[in-house]
Amino acid sequence: MLDGRGAVKRRAGARLWLSGLWLAIVALAAVFAPLIAPHDPLMQDLLYGRLPPFWMAGAEPGYLLGTDSLGRDVLSRLIHGARIALIVALVAGIGTCLIGSTLGLIAGYYRGWADRIISRLVDIWMAFPPILFAILLIAVIGTGLTSVIVAIVVIDWTRFCRVVRAETLNQSQMDYVHSARIAGFTRMKTMLSEILPNVLPTIVALLSLEMGIAVIVEAILSFVNLSISTDQPTWGGMIAEGRLSIHQAWWVLVFPLITLFLTVLSFAQFGEGLKDRFDPVLR
Amino acid sequence: MSGGYLTIRNLSAVLRDTGERVLRSVDIDLQPGTIRGLVGESGAGKSMIGKAVLGVLPKALKVVEGEILIDGQDLLKLKDADRRRLIGASTALIPQDPLTALNPSHRIGPQITNRLVDILGWTRRAAEVRALEVLEEVQIADAARVMRQYPHELSGGMRQRILIASAFAAEPKLIIADEPTTALDVTVQKQILKLISNLQARHGTALLFVTHDLGVVAKICDSLSVLYGGKVVEDTDVASFFNGPHHAYGRALLAATPRHTDPDASLLPVPDDVIAAVRAELGEADRQWVRHD
Repeated sequence: MLDGRGAVKRRAGARLWLSGLWLAIVALAAVFAPLIAPHDPLMQDLLYGRLPPFWMAGAEPGYLLGTDSLGRDVLSRLIHGARIALIVALVAGIGTCLIGSTLGLIAGYYRGWADRIISRLVDIWMAFPPILFAILLIAVIGTGLTSVIVAIVVIDWTRFCRVVRAETLNQSQMDYVHSARIAGFTRMKTMLSEILPNVLPTIVALLSLEMGIAVIVEAILSFVNLSISTDQPTWGGMIAEGRLSIHQAWWVLVFPLITLFLTVLSFAQFGEGLKDRFDPVLR
Repeated sequence: MSGGYLTIRNLSAVLRDTGERVLRSVDIDLQPGTIRGLVGESGAGKSMIGKAVLGVLPKALKVVEGEILIDGQDLLKLKDADRRRLIGASTALIPQDPLTALNPSHRIGPQITNRLVDILGWTRRAAEVRALEVLEEVQIADAARVMRQYPHELSGGMRQRILIASAFAAEPKLIIADEPTTALDVTVQKQILKLISNLQARHGTALLFVTHDLGVVAKICDSLSVLYGGKVVEDTDVASFFNGPHHAYGRALLAATPRHTDPDASLLPVPDDVIAAVRAELGEADRQWVRHD
């Protein structure tokens, strides 16, 4: 028993620490971007165009990950791109979580007409292809950071709503929820103090996952040039530009791809790790 | 007998969809300081009576007539908020399954004290002192430490004792015990029963004990109601029931109870003709009831 629990704990620990480490690096890069970045991410220098990364022949010292076709430093652009990625992840992730979880809790606990309206809305929402939905939405409300965040919240709240509703339905059947009602607690109080704490681990895991998804959606929107204005470096924008010169300078495409991949993976793993930590039975 | 602490008169409940009767003009009288057993097979409606009193009937059921009097006040005539205040202050439940009756996210202490503080207006300090007291009453060693633990750190028997402590914490006048020993080991069952009857006697609580186990009834109850199909077919005190039930179904149920004095005897089912007779009785009652309506 103790051994089993210890093993579970160790595994969750490694996953939590590794993903946490990468996310911390990204967060530091985002916060201190102007101090860390070796070059101005926007400075073009056509003489230094398409320099390869440091281990290849023809590399220039000071340009660790090479330059793109306009001579901009890839590493500096990655570091600055982390800012947009993290802002989108945090704001869109939290917004999605708040709206979706609240509606899910209400639908799952109060049932009745509230549940019918919310559940039908979710069904209808999920029938739209999400990225197309986002593109349409941005076409209507215009590009920019706020629009990207709004678009992500609008298309993705259903993810939280469905899962939280299902969990809440489960919890509502529990004897301790009945007992709280018998003891005289109001429905609101019962929902917040008896049900919410038990749904919270799931919400935390979903929130982290959602942050990763927000980063991907932002990258996709950047890729189709519907995100932030083009002079600000974003990972999605870098991937789009890198695609054009893939045969001459693969590194312009590959480094932002790897960064994106690691970040999204870390968000998902971090959430799973946190869920285990939050769960009183596994803790 | 009348004027008990809990009096249920002529209580009928139907399924909302089909209108089928689930409780059939139930009369139950529970005197202060006594234990009444509520006995019946699965589906006889014994748990439903407890739920009706506590106001947590499933949404599919609807009470269509009758009175549930607690201390002379009819619960069914009170406004929802008043009813919940009265129930919250005077009544407690000992639930069936100790594994789902404690919230896994909260420590034991707050699960006992929150109700005293938030609903009954005690100070946090007084509530904690009281919680320690009742935990010691149910023989939990090192109660102060247990109050800081989470439910999953404790055994099923421990949790059931905590739920019993919690039920008695606010000195309720009425406790409804819904098969509190069914989910436990036989050895633990005995201790829990003894604990419940000791506490009940010490606090003078009226206890409605829902069970399907006549052995349990014989051990701790003063009176009992036998239910079949949502109808009380026998309402008597324990001594006269075990000396010779009046109703054929009661006799058959008693005969069907396995006895450890004769372990080789085969188990007797309730005979078909007895079931048929009870069913006919229910059908007749329903016909008359519809005419009254």
